[in-house]
Amino acid sequence: MATFGYSLTPSSRIDLCKFNQEKWNRLVELESDVLKCMACGSCTASCTAGKFTRTSLRSAILYIQNGQEKQALELVQSCLLCGKCFMVCPRAINTRNLLLSINKIYSVK
Amino acid sequence: MRERIAGGYDPFVLPFVIGMIFIFIYLFIALIRVFRAMPGSDRKKFFLSLLNPTIMYKNIRDVICDCLLHIKIFKRNALLGYMHASIAFGWFMLIVLGHIEVMLFVPQRNGTLHYPIFYRYFVAEQNATLKGAVFFFLMDFFLLVVLSGIGLAMYKRIRSTALGMRRTTKPCFADRVALWCLWSIFPLRLLAEGFTAGISGGSFLTKPVNMLFANFLGNDMNVLPTWWAYSTALGLFFLALPFSRYMHIPTEVLYIFLRNAGLKIHHPRKGLAEAEIYSCSSCGLCIDACPMNMQKKNLKYSSVYFVRFQRRNNKKKINEIAEKCLMCGKCVALCPVGVDSCGLKQAQRATVTDKLPYNYSFLASAHHQGGGPSMPLAPVSGSATGNEVTANAAAHGAGNATGNAAQSAVGKDKVLYFAGCMTHLTPAIIKSMTTIFDAAKEDYVFADKDGGVCCGRPLMLTGKVTAAKEVIERNREMIQDSGCKTVVLSCPICLKVLKEEYNLKGITLLHHTQYINQLIDQKRIRLNHSEESFVYHDPCELGRGCNIYQEPRNVLSAIGELKKANKEKKESICCGGSLGSLTLNYHDRVKITQESLKALTFDNPDKVITACPLCLKTFSDQSTTPVADIAQAVAGNLK
Repeated sequence: MATFGYSLTPSSRIDLCKFNQEKWNRLVELESDVLKCMACGSCTASCTAGKFTRTSLRSAILYIQNGQEKQALELVQSCLLCGKCFMVCPRAINTRNLLLSINKIYSVK
Repeated sequence: MRERIAGGYDPFVLPFVIGMIFIFIYLFIALIRVFRAMPGSDRKKFFLSLLNPTIMYKNIRDVICDCLLHIKIFKRNALLGYMHASIAFGWFMLIVLGHIEVMLFVPQRNGTLHYPIFYRYFVAEQNATLKGAVFFFLMDFFLLVVLSGIGLAMYKRIRSTALGMRRTTKPCFADRVALWCLWSIFPLRLLAEGFTAGISGGSFLTKPVNMLFANFLGNDMNVLPTWWAYSTALGLFFLALPFSRYMHIPTEVLYIFLRNAGLKIHHPRKGLAEAEIYSCSSCGLCIDACPMNMQKKNLKYSSVYFVRFQRRNNKKKINEIAEKCLMCGKCVALCPVGVDSCGLKQAQRATVTDKLPYNYSFLASAHHQGGGPSMPLAPVSGSATGNEVTANAAAHGAGNATGNAAQSAVGKDKVLYFAGCMTHLTPAIIKSMTTIFDAAKEDYVFADKDGGVCCGRPLMLTGKVTAAKEVIERNREMIQDSGCKTVVLSCPICLKVLKEEYNLKGITLLHHTQYINQLIDQKRIRLNHSEESFVYHDPCELGRGCNIYQEPRNVLSAIGELKKANKEKKESICCGGSLGSLTLNYHDRVKITQESLKALTFDNPDKVITACPLCLKTFSDQSTTPVADIAQAVAGNLK
């Protein structure tokens, strides 16, 4: 294919119909703290793995709410579970269990 | 001594014999099951350990001290220890003496199951034979010992605090059946032997019982019913044994042998784990030990119930408890049997979390990235800054002294300082450590100055063992490539996993408390002795995890007055911030933090000192007393 020095950006359209209420309810059941997140980004800022690759719990939660499960999973699979985000979270969210729960629920095809 | 009953048999022995045969068959099958579930290498290791005299000595010592005398419980509470020891050791002696009697006096009955147990029914003793009288005395004595233990056990049901236990285990149905049988066995034995004492002889306990009952009960009519009752209680006890907590009596011996052979848990319910699960005596010491249990709603998460659900294979409950546990290790440290419930829980977690997807491909690139831990390790020389030169002129003499002690690890080679993720959240520790390194003129390399990769311990605790191995391998390379022979760590969580999983041969691993203690011993740093008083909090991973209790206390004594905490060393209470728990939420953690602080500040110290960045961060949020890391305290008191 010929390159023109520029390309089309992938669509950033969010399809909210893809949001899976059932999975979300299961997530809330496993870790109700997810409802407390105010998307401040402290977790992402302090992330150990985030120094090397894009890792963000904040974005992952937003992606899930937007029905973009695949993108959400990509953001949490590099997590080392070191627990720094739990220590800095101003809402005292049990982030480690939340990360594990996201992995448990959304990695099932 | 002569046989009173020809043939040496009476139908009343049947319940006992049936129970005994049942339990032998059951134990034999269980033993085969345990060995079959083990990996072959473990089996080989176990059989080889039987040939090793030091391990064999340890086995015998542990069996006598733990199973019979219950030394560990004695150390905690003498009365509770006596209760356990009197029943175990007393009963053991009754059995052994019974067999010796048979061997000595009626050798033709050797090898029968029932004869040594019901010896007094089958023989008649003339008072003229002194040898028999000695044995009768001993038998009565040990029966009295057991009865006193049973009495205490009954009292413990009513008032457990008298025996040093705030909370006790709720027994299940099989436990109750076995318990009632056990409680009735020995009084029935006393009655049975009492009724026969007129015919076959007795000693200081059975004779008076005989004479007492002779006054208002016809002796001869009661002989057989009581012996029947005694035999039935024994038989029932053996039938209930495998399904009750008393299964620990035979299993504990096996577990001691397996444990001393150095085997590790591979599966949460099979092999070694099975032996471990069944050697739990449900004594309930772990209930008071658990830091979560200051809230009554958490009682159900105690290790004793975890083990009980393991026995029943109740997956839902097992997972619930395994995920809740803080993994602080206090229940393991206080367990009189040494059941490694944290190891079991970790293995259980692995069944759920190990198969979860992860993607650590970034680890490879972390090697070359600027911020990575193994960027060209720039040595930072301690003597570079000017103020240290003036600060410690006298240390030069001391420096020479260390030069002589060249065999010491510190000072010989470059030191690698690995702060760890958590320490980067508490930069005060890093700052204090660099101050100390500079003051000691240490030639050190800061491994994760701009943030490194996690040590892998949190992943191990979560059960993601495969993922953890990748991280560990990556960090191991980094440490080995650095060429340093000493690694100083600020985080006990890292220290624990480096010690256990990294397999770093020839490299000394030191927590900074140990390192500072060495510096003081070698007079490489000089400290002011201030008027301040400190209390030291033993972090779980440093104390119970790595057995480091004395070094931090030595360091603190050098800079001020060291006060005692209400609960310390092995019994120190987790700060509540533990990475071990997966599901414990913040509010429950705060309660634990407050409880821990209450225990620490009971003697009104000026400062609470800890040696773990996680504890420091957790305490700082809650404490009214100032909290500091040991490195901070030392750096503040450098001369």
